[in-house]
Amino acid sequence: MAARVGVILFPGSNCELDALEAIGHIGGTAELVWHGDRSVEGCDALVVPGGFAHGDYLRPGAIARFSPVMDAVRNFAAEGGPVVGICNGFQVLTEAGLLPGALQKNAGLKFLCTTITVRVETTTTALTSQATQGDELRIPINHFEGNYTCDANTLAQLRDEDRVVVRYVDNPNGSVDNIAGVCNEGRNVVGLMPHPERACHRLLGSEDGAVLLRSLLASAGTRVG
Amino acid sequence: MLFSVVVETRLRPGIADPQGATIERSLPTLGFTGIRGVRVGKAMRFELEAPDETTALAQATDVTQRFLINPVIEAADVSVSVAESV
Repeated sequence: MAARVGVILFPGSNCELDALEAIGHIGGTAELVWHGDRSVEGCDALVVPGGFAHGDYLRPGAIARFSPVMDAVRNFAAEGGPVVGICNGFQVLTEAGLLPGALQKNAGLKFLCTTITVRVETTTTALTSQATQGDELRIPINHFEGNYTCDANTLAQLRDEDRVVVRYVDNPNGSVDNIAGVCNEGRNVVGLMPHPERACHRLLGSEDGAVLLRSLLASAGTRVG
Repeated sequence: MLFSVVVETRLRPGIADPQGATIERSLPTLGFTGIRGVRVGKAMRFELEAPDETTALAQATDVTQRFLINPVIEAADVSVSVAESV
């Protein structure tokens, strides 16, 4: 049976349909989960999509962490369920404390809308199990606050524990250590700024994101709870 | 008692402030050549009901640290004063 992926819909999300389409395209089943729901039952994996959840008021992701669904997302993650936050979803997961660090404004004060190259740094995460270490993937970015930062101890820990999932080949936004995505200690929660769901069909200019979403499907159903 | 709270947030030292940098770069065109170190932050004001000023400050600081700022990238000054009766 195809893995069921829940795509969390906040007021202000705008990449949820891209995620649904892409997951369907690679053979998964995806459904929207409203942020006001208190359950993610029936989902084998979760995507927190891009956009401007709650208008990015206060800070990107700051209000989203109070959405009723986030307790269910936290429990799902604690049980080992695969969760990926893309762009604004990455910001939501850092604000919710599910991932370390924060996303600050891009160095250069520019909203970046372009296709960049990221290198897969580790394959033992929910988002990269089907990729090969060193793979270089062409994936679009669309963000203003994508400049990853964290304190020196956290950065050392991320490196020591092999938790930098993808790095920019040519850093577009000033992120520390060229970090484009990181994972949690359990390696089942991953956040990244690039949009793999927008690089899953050759008509979109790149299919390089598909391997990441296929990895998410492969890790679906691995909960131990 | 009712207290007035002002929370002034700013980016921590070392965190890039592109807005501040852009403002600073544009100042010389207006003839302001001696201004340096421009940083852009936010100010939030609210009223808070608490039994005394110590409690008010503790509550305001707690909400600031846990919600109003992201301590990874931001810092804040919290000040509390007795609200003027209307």
